[in-house]
Amino acid sequence: MSFGNRLKESLIEWTYKQGGPRVRNRIENIGEESLNELGIDPFGFDPEFTKAAIAPLVWLYKRYFRVEVHGIENLTEGRLLLVSNHSGQIPIDGAMIGLAAFMEADPPRITRALFEKWVPTLPFVSVYMQRVGQVVGTPANCRRLLEREECLLVFPEGVKGVTKPFHKRYQLADFGLGFMRLALETDTPIVPVAVIGAEEQIISIANLKKTGKLIGMPGLPVIPQLLVPLLGWAPLPTKYRIYFGAPIRPRGDPDGEDAEIQKKVTVVKRRIESLLEQGLGERRSVFF
Amino acid sequence: MPNKEEPAVVVTGISGNLGKTIARILHRNERVIGIDRRPFPERPKDVELHQIDVRRRKAGDIFRRNPVKALVHLGIVYNPRLPEAERHAFNVVGTQQLLEYCARYDVKKVVCVSSATVYGPDPDNPNFLTEDAPLAASVRHGEIRDLVEVDMYAQSFFWRYPNIETVILRPVHIVGPTVRNTVSKYLRMERPWVLAGFDPLIQLIRQEDVARAIMLALTVGTKGIYNVTGPGEAPLSRILDILGRRPRPIPHFVAGKILQRLWEMRMTSFPPHELDHLRYLCVTDGSRIQRDLGFEPAYSLQDTVLSVDQ
Repeated sequence: MSFGNRLKESLIEWTYKQGGPRVRNRIENIGEESLNELGIDPFGFDPEFTKAAIAPLVWLYKRYFRVEVHGIENLTEGRLLLVSNHSGQIPIDGAMIGLAAFMEADPPRITRALFEKWVPTLPFVSVYMQRVGQVVGTPANCRRLLEREECLLVFPEGVKGVTKPFHKRYQLADFGLGFMRLALETDTPIVPVAVIGAEEQIISIANLKKTGKLIGMPGLPVIPQLLVPLLGWAPLPTKYRIYFGAPIRPRGDPDGEDAEIQKKVTVVKRRIESLLEQGLGERRSVFF
Repeated sequence: MPNKEEPAVVVTGISGNLGKTIARILHRNERVIGIDRRPFPERPKDVELHQIDVRRRKAGDIFRRNPVKALVHLGIVYNPRLPEAERHAFNVVGTQQLLEYCARYDVKKVVCVSSATVYGPDPDNPNFLTEDAPLAASVRHGEIRDLVEVDMYAQSFFWRYPNIETVILRPVHIVGPTVRNTVSKYLRMERPWVLAGFDPLIQLIRQEDVARAIMLALTVGTKGIYNVTGPGEAPLSRILDILGRRPRPIPHFVAGKILQRLWEMRMTSFPPHELDHLRYLCVTDGSRIQRDLGFEPAYSLQDTVLSVDQ
């Protein structure tokens, strides 16, 4: 067996060991209807690869961030649009929401996070994202996935969210309107999601947007902890709390005026804000 | 001898791989007239071949002297080694002339075989390009402007002559035992290039499946633009794996420059502008032809991939 295959096997073992029989059972029952002869779905999602690739993420989920999930019953069957706050300098929050939806929800949901259009230009990252089932967030992709009754995860704050400096933690940046038009057009319930803990994992004191642009990145956070050798490169072991709120079923014209759509978006934003408040109120410590 | 009064199907590019396949299927039920600069020695006896350039006056004579019921236009040159001007003259001017004959001599059906590369690989592409997606291939790569232009010209013809049933087919990468296009040559390499850290989904289709799609396009009442997809999408790495190749990963930021050099020195048959196909998505949605015409590829993914080595 080649080194690559041995690594893959041991990672899969690790995933199973951490997840226990329940998660193993879920992984083995991933729907095969949409997989082709090679075991890959039309969007490039490769369950075999994913089994191995998620092992370190499951470790982060279980051991490092010790994710606590609330309101998982709000993840119903059929098409869903998860709308979440976004933070943390490195987008681990998406992976944690995805794992929660897969490991805790009943039936398990495979979540597709939508990534920025610059991701396909990045070597390795683009391949990884494709194989674990993530897609470029074009409107056509979203429509197609929702018509397949899939579960999508969007971060309407976008890059502004991930690169948020520390003093703005838990303050939502402006939401884009695209997700609401999409939900109206495809008649998809929106599940508001609040992630608590990620906003403190890496402390950024400023965001040098212009310098970032120069090197082709959407932002350049200033992170003092990176000066600490080795350990400073890891996010802080904050405790993650993920709150899934009750689904919202927006009604209206998907091609309506921005002002109209903005009102509906604000409703969702408020719901996330109140989930954040609830979560922040309930927690005793950032780390425990 | 076939009856000169019987309406014929004119096939351009009949001496190519796809042309030969089409000729062998068509001649059983139809009178077939082929136009190609290349010979077609093993052609069925009742297939009439005119070994001429479509831009010559003689091509017009074929339409004037024979009743023509349909044109299957396969005579599009892809050879990336040909100078751009020459390819443009042959492909674009040739297509314009042929379509003009069709309008003038009352041909009721035109099937123009374009290709999915007209959409072009791009990081902004959705995972599935539908027929109404912009033909952006030449924005990044001027080299294939002529192919985009042929497709666009056929589209304008479609709108200008609503009485003619024009069908534009955009098949994905065509492969087969005897096919020698860029993709097939690439897949036959023992140690093909790949771009380190990139593994786009690729769609392949067997030449025989494309021929079947063309036959469906010829049925009366069919018109419009159709993507033609094969048995599914596969990451490039898996395709190379099935073929037992040992890919050579090259960092993407130097690959273009190296390949350009090799190309100029004629040490590779892989045109530099095609490098994006190894990096970004150019995957099409083939559901329209499946829904409207009942097209289903006959070959499995495995069979399709392995056909390059047969």
